[in-house]
Amino acid sequence: MHAMALVRLRGPLKTLAGGAEHPVEGTTIAELLARLERERPALHGWILDERGRIRRHINVFVNGEKGGEATPVAPDDRVDVLPAISGGAA
Amino acid sequence: MTELLVGTKKGLFVLEGEPGAPFEVKARAFAGEPVEYAMRDPRTNRILAGVINPFYGPKVFYAEDPSGDWEQAAGLALPEGGDEALARIWVIVPGEAPGTLYAGGDPGVLFVSRDGGETWELCRSLFEHPTRPDWTPGGGGLCLHSIAPWPGEPDRLALALSAVGVWLTEDGGETWSHGNAGLGARYLPEESTDTLALCVHDLQRAPRRPERLFIQFHGGVYRSDDAGASWTEIGHGLPSDFGFPLVVDPADPDSAYVIPLVADMDRVTPGGRVRVYETRDAGATWAPRGDGLPAEHAYLTVLREAFDRRGEGDGLELYFGATSGDVFGSGDAGATWFTAATRLPPVYSVRTA
Repeated sequence: MHAMALVRLRGPLKTLAGGAEHPVEGTTIAELLARLERERPALHGWILDERGRIRRHINVFVNGEKGGEATPVAPDDRVDVLPAISGGAA
Repeated sequence: MTELLVGTKKGLFVLEGEPGAPFEVKARAFAGEPVEYAMRDPRTNRILAGVINPFYGPKVFYAEDPSGDWEQAAGLALPEGGDEALARIWVIVPGEAPGTLYAGGDPGVLFVSRDGGETWELCRSLFEHPTRPDWTPGGGGLCLHSIAPWPGEPDRLALALSAVGVWLTEDGGETWSHGNAGLGARYLPEESTDTLALCVHDLQRAPRRPERLFIQFHGGVYRSDDAGASWTEIGHGLPSDFGFPLVVDPADPDSAYVIPLVADMDRVTPGGRVRVYETRDAGATWAPRGDGLPAEHAYLTVLREAFDRRGEGDGLELYFGATSGDVFGSGDAGATWFTAATRLPPVYSVRTA
């Protein structure tokens, strides 16, 4: 079995995925999150849109550093998926 | 008892009451999230709500009890791996066939459900229409906001999009024709031959005479007597022919109600006075209906989906909400009005049940 990165979710994403922490295989953030959404169908479309892009007001961090779809992910990395402050509205 | 489903910037509010007195807030769902549209399908008693969570994107949820658990509807998305993503669901309308519902969204897309709203399928013929590369969005996006079924004929449908005009099908969405004759856009040069950039704000069908349709346009009110193929301007006599929603009395094919706003550059009620305008002669004349509505210092904006009706004829009830958070109602076809609710979040949609 390959070593896997650990994706950590909060809020409704955690509820939809049935837990906060998910070991997932993948070499980039986009690959990892697409696989997670496939493995947890209730999450489908909540983090990535139809184009495969991370939704505008969601931030993804790899070991604490903000990343994008193409950011490489190594086994044992920690990937946090967090709602961005920019998504809040008055 | 009348139920109002009020979609707001901060959730869905379910109001109940009798015409003439303030309504009670019976439930609030999706607290904090923008609910762009919500309706109850009278055939199944199911509420469907279009929620556009700023973090997680547009979704549709359904429930019979708004205070209970909501299920997410499936299939409301564009093809994966393409260049576009669904931005918003604007409207959900029951179809004529059993279990059928239609949903319109941004970017100019139509979805069909045949199981009461649990699963949906993209209408490919419209999504892949050869003219689509030339479609342009209006100020609110490329929105498919109006869906008018033809009573008793499930294959006939009229759509309106901003800013792509009127589209008609008579074969259940296999093919589409463009109903644009007579529509004039003041935001285009007079000599323009552009027949696509037509910013319809709302389209409604007269159910007892289904070949008759009314449009509130981006400057102009129009009527069609040939099922949407051609249009006649009928907005003369209004204080302004700019506005968003339009409602008809199902009992009277000559009726329509609009809520004029000053102009596209100043989208508030004219003169600080809130008035609905009614025609009972198919647009030849219009009469203000404002008894009971704010008559001074009231600069309200009433959005496209925030005006609806219940019943018909003398018992026609009318309800509209504003971005001020006020909801007004009439139990006598607009003759007199009452305040149904105040101090709600900005109102995006009002639908009766």
